Amino acid sequence: MEFLHSILVKPFADMIGAPDFLLQVLWEGLVSGVLYALIALGFVLIYKSSRIFNFAQGIMVVFAALSLVGLHEKGVPAWLAVPLTLVIMLGLAIAIERVVLRPLVNQPDIILFMATIGITLFLIGFGELIFGGENKVMITEQLGIPTGSFAFEPFGGFVSIEQKDLTAVIGAVLLVAGLLLFLNKSSMGRAIRALGDDHQAALSVGISLSMIWVVVWFIAGVIALATGIVWGARADVSFALEVIAYKALPVLMLGGLESVLGAIVGGLAIGLLEKLFEIYWGQPLLGGNTETWFAFVFALVILLFRPQGLFGEKIIERV
Amino acid sequence: MSAHHDAHHDIALARNDGLKPGDVLLDIRNVSLAFGGVKAITDVSFDIRKGEIRAIIGPNGAGKTSMLNVINGFYTPQEGVIVFRGRERRAMKPHDAVAQGIARTFQNVALFKGMSTLDNIMAGRSVFMKESLFWQMLWRGRALKEEIAHREKVEEIIDFLEIQHIRRTPVGRLPYGLQKRVELGRALAMEPSLLLLDEPMAGMNLEEKEDMSRFIIDVNRQRGTTIALIEHDMGVVMDLSDRVVVLDYGKKIADDVPEKVKANKQVIDAYLGVAH
Repeated sequence: MEFLHSILVKPFADMIGAPDFLLQVLWEGLVSGVLYALIALGFVLIYKSSRIFNFAQGIMVVFAALSLVGLHEKGVPAWLAVPLTLVIMLGLAIAIERVVLRPLVNQPDIILFMATIGITLFLIGFGELIFGGENKVMITEQLGIPTGSFAFEPFGGFVSIEQKDLTAVIGAVLLVAGLLLFLNKSSMGRAIRALGDDHQAALSVGISLSMIWVVVWFIAGVIALATGIVWGARADVSFALEVIAYKALPVLMLGGLESVLGAIVGGLAIGLLEKLFEIYWGQPLLGGNTETWFAFVFALVILLFRPQGLFGEKIIERV
Repeated sequence: MSAHHDAHHDIALARNDGLKPGDVLLDIRNVSLAFGGVKAITDVSFDIRKGEIRAIIGPNGAGKTSMLNVINGFYTPQEGVIVFRGRERRAMKPHDAVAQGIARTFQNVALFKGMSTLDNIMAGRSVFMKESLFWQMLWRGRALKEEIAHREKVEEIIDFLEIQHIRRTPVGRLPYGLQKRVELGRALAMEPSLLLLDEPMAGMNLEEKEDMSRFIIDVNRQRGTTIALIEHDMGVVMDLSDRVVVLDYGKKIADDVPEKVKANKQVIDAYLGVAH
């Protein structure tokens, strides 16, 4: 009885009892959620347009962040380092298309997936060669990201919002809005959606595969850079950052691999829920550190009821 | 010269290819295609002349769709040559085929199901869209102007096919007959000099078939578009086409005007399944 009380009643009583703390928890969850959504978006874009599950998305985050910091260390001013990093990511997209994707066109999905593991290993080695293996500090201040914090006092309590988190959220929202506008309103965006819908039909109207692949991998690179800056501002920039990409996996299970909306909603949901679970259930009942596994278990439970994910396309096959 | 002018230049080229009606537009010479040990097409030759409606018929598995796939570059034949608008090739490439003015529809409608009718047909203009990515990213100025010019062409096609009412509907939700019409619209948006139609009337009722026949005839007469079509409805084939080529087990067994083909003993046998 006491056990049930501690699962079903006490957490909610705590939430209502300290609404300012609840707000703080929700805010923290939202910030993580925005990051998960960004990473998941990178996966979704590449998957939609080329049916490739891009294992290298995580290392692209690291590579972009390292390039930015590395350029700055070499004496390039921050305002110039960002566009230069974008140029590097564009070069990377072109190289991947020429060297990896083009020779492997029409190969089975698993071959392309293996190829992205190859890209991952290459980028780890190449990155260490150029930038060295030690941790670096993100050039948060040089980029003009404010580092203070706001405090306000709702319900007579206290909530603190870090300015860099706020900047991250605003930046991510703008990036996503721009991306949606590009996908839905430009002819290139239309071509990307067309390719995602029907490969053969897209070829028959003369949509150029290589062009679209470069664009999509470049967009994934831009997203990687944004993620790298934001995450790097909270922790150091190191190769360990790569693992945050795996946090996107439950988001993808939840949102479906094909849905831009699914990535956004899935990312936010997982960010919020894992934080709530950690604070109100995990720490008092399970000894904490539930954030490492909660998202996966949650996604599995959802998959039991909706195998296609929340937003994935339902596949009805004739057998 | 602006990219916009270039686009129109290309369209003019596609329409005015220097050929007079009756000249050979596409010449298939001794083409053979095999998948591993399975022969899909064996030593087939025929031509398509400018301005005609050319039917390709034959029983199931005769190699008709494979033939279309060879023409628009999806398949690479092992033997033979393809001469299109006077240029000889071993094989087409899909992108090249589109640039040269070959458009097609598919047996099992291949539309962009999540996109609206309008976006689907606009996608058919991809080949003409030349504005740089930079401007597209910003989506303004020149790219916008280009978009508007293409939009006008697309609206013309929408009017022509009488599908104004489904302009904004995602095509996945449309009934099959209308989907086929949208797919024809997308092919027309490419302003092709050769239009390949793979079973344009499959699965349609009588009224839909009559509509589709009317559109095909109008496209051919008003726009002067050369059409090659695969169709199973013999009544339709005999009414529409100027000349008919008949394939059976990957080989050409007849090539003539409809009346002669209808009376051809080998064709009748192929369709009735006389033992070989």
